[in-house]
Amino acid sequence: MIKLSEYIAAIDGENHTPALDPDEILISGAYVSDMLSDVMGSAKPEQVWITIMKHLNVIAVASMTGIPAIIFAKGHAPDAAVCDKALEESICLISSKHETFDLAGTLYKLLGK
Amino acid sequence: MRVSAVVRSEVMPEYRFVAEGFEDAVRKFEEQKPEAEVKTQFVIPEKDFNTAGKGSSELKNLLKRLGVDSVVLRRIAVASYEAEINVAAHSKGGIMYSTVYDDLIHVRFEDEGPGIANIEQAMTPGYSTADDLVRELGFGAGLGLPNIKKNSDAMRLVSAAGSCTKLEFLIYFAKIS
Ligand SMILES: Nc1ncnc2c1ncn2[C@@H]1O[C@H](COP(=O)(O)OP(=O)(O)O)[C@@H](O)[C@H]1O
Ligand SMILES: [Mg+2]
Repeated sequence: MIKLSEYIAAIDGENHTPALDPDEILISGAYVSDMLSDVMGSAKPEQVWITIMKHLNVIAVASMTGIPAIIFAKGHAPDAAVCDKALEESICLISSKHETFDLAGTLYKLLGK
Repeated sequence: MRVSAVVRSEVMPEYRFVAEGFEDAVRKFEEQKPEAEVKTQFVIPEKDFNTAGKGSSELKNLLKRLGVDSVVLRRIAVASYEAEINVAAHSKGGIMYSTVYDDLIHVRFEDEGPGIANIEQAMTPGYSTADDLVRELGFGAGLGLPNIKKNSDAMRLVSAAGSCTKLEFLIYFAKIS
């Protein structure tokens, strides 16, 4: 497990929910998918979700699935309504300019896999 | 909203699933009809993907307050959210009814049709008739009903073409040994 903050630093990530402290969130891996039912069926708590989807239902999916943080790839940034909803649900939203492959690979390396 | 059409399950096609080890518990529950602790009800309008999910979210919060284990809570939330999305995505709208009992939750969805012509096919992972709007949102992978089954201790889906669809599931709060 690593701190989400370590991962954010490694991917030049921007925290869109600054009220949530990424030092407090521990992560053990990631689930990479843009299909919401796939995420609900297979993502595990303590995994971040790497995606390019950024509408409101994404927050609901993360909340139902117990996902602590969403990483938006390729510079996709969530709008204010999505950030507000995420804050309500205590889900940390991070965007990064990197592509999905690199985002997953960086975390893989950080976790010493 | 009107959810009409009496569901005559004895003549309507249905899909039933009971997880291994839960047969006796489910039979007992159906026979004894225990007293409910809490009941809630939510309207799910057609194609409204912001309202769909409210019921599951409220239910999740309620059960969290009642101290339901987080792994079980997650199963309930996922099953219930998938079912809400299905009502919004595939029907003309419906209602979510949840009933909390001492040791389990019963969640039931009834919509206003148009129903499912082939239930076996609908249950097949990957099968989806979702329209473009639903697919753009990232739903429509054809994994919703399989997810509901996977997370439930018992489920029942009753439907036919031109009819309303009724889906219900039971999830126990503790493992039954
Ligand atoms: N409430 C419903 N009313 C009508 N059809 C439904 C309903 N729920 C599911 N279906 C049908 O079953 C299919 C499979 O559902 P599901 O496994 O949730 O996948 P998806 O929602 O991604 O299409 C749907 O595409 C639809 O054809
Ligand atoms: Mg579905």
